[in-house]
Amino acid sequence: MRHALVLGIVAAIAAAAPWPQATAQVPDPTAAEFDKFREIMEQDNPAELFEMKGEELWRARRGPKNASLEQCDLGLGPGVVKGAYARMPRYFADADRVMDAEARIVHCMITLQGFTYAALAKQPFSSLTRTPDPVSLVTYVAAQSRGMKISAPQSHPKERATYETGKAIFFYRAGAFDFSCASCHGSDDKRIRTQPLPNFTKPQQAIRAVQGWPGYRMTGGVMHSLQWRMNDCFRQQRFPEPGYASETVSALLAYLTVNANGHVYRGPGIKR
Amino acid sequence: MAEPMKIRATLQGDVADVRVLMAHPMETGQRKDAAGKLVPLHFIQTITAQLNGKTVFAADMSQAVSRNPVFAFKVKGAKAGDKLSITWQDNTGDKRTDELVIRAAP
Repeated sequence: MRHALVLGIVAAIAAAAPWPQATAQVPDPTAAEFDKFREIMEQDNPAELFEMKGEELWRARRGPKNASLEQCDLGLGPGVVKGAYARMPRYFADADRVMDAEARIVHCMITLQGFTYAALAKQPFSSLTRTPDPVSLVTYVAAQSRGMKISAPQSHPKERATYETGKAIFFYRAGAFDFSCASCHGSDDKRIRTQPLPNFTKPQQAIRAVQGWPGYRMTGGVMHSLQWRMNDCFRQQRFPEPGYASETVSALLAYLTVNANGHVYRGPGIKR
Repeated sequence: MAEPMKIRATLQGDVADVRVLMAHPMETGQRKDAAGKLVPLHFIQTITAQLNGKTVFAADMSQAVSRNPVFAFKVKGAKAGDKLSITWQDNTGDKRTDELVIRAAP
């Protein structure tokens, strides 16, 4: 009798076991609704206003050297903007480091236009009342890679070393919460409040670290770049703030972007 | 001060589907800044659309519209080559007009 009862419980547990797997296959209805919402909003994305502003800034003679950014080399030769964003982060010999798009724009603003890093890094992120120039510029540059395949290069030894650094940062646990990027983005089916979190270690999901950025956030109506996103993830982990346009951020972006290689980039996005 | 708009017009027969993105802070007058002071009311009051100089759409707006708003409307009797001009004016008297020549459907 007793034996049969135990068997019955085991059978009940066995019947319940497939349940977590079954939910993983059903798309989250909340997420599906947000996807629909985003699709509608993407048709008239206010990010295009920042794209226009960025293009104007790209061509304008500005800074102490009164120069435009049209001679800025984004990796495909001076002045070539088309497709450059989809091929970054990459190694730049003149700076002897791997740079993501915004870091490269900042580099050009310093070397070509004569701005100082201190001035650009003072308030580098968008607020309700102010959108920093590099944010508009990176939105313009990103838009010129709309519909192109992401292919962050890994041919230079420094590009491969930077990828490994980024990977190490991604898995590095520290801080008051003993957190790492991987705590939230290293396994499947995690979420924060109602938002499912992608697993960036998988190529199919890593694209979500790149897609939609730079993004116009409807809450507050501000344009944000990946530099901001990385900075804010560090803040959420209670890590020390990474330097603006630093090698740390470029390395993390190199890791995420290379993982997403091969996917088609849809251009600046919209966030709720 | 006023930033340019982004205007799109798609022809379907003789109906133009017009979509306008406007860069504007659209302050409601209810928000307080970091110092606790009220941010003054600042919003688009009127929008006018003209097709070849003739007003085809006019709207009075309230402050209950988001930042960087999008407006979409349809204009009957439009054809390729028509000049569409959109003007907004806000409560501070600031104004902006942008134009677009409607192109034939691809």
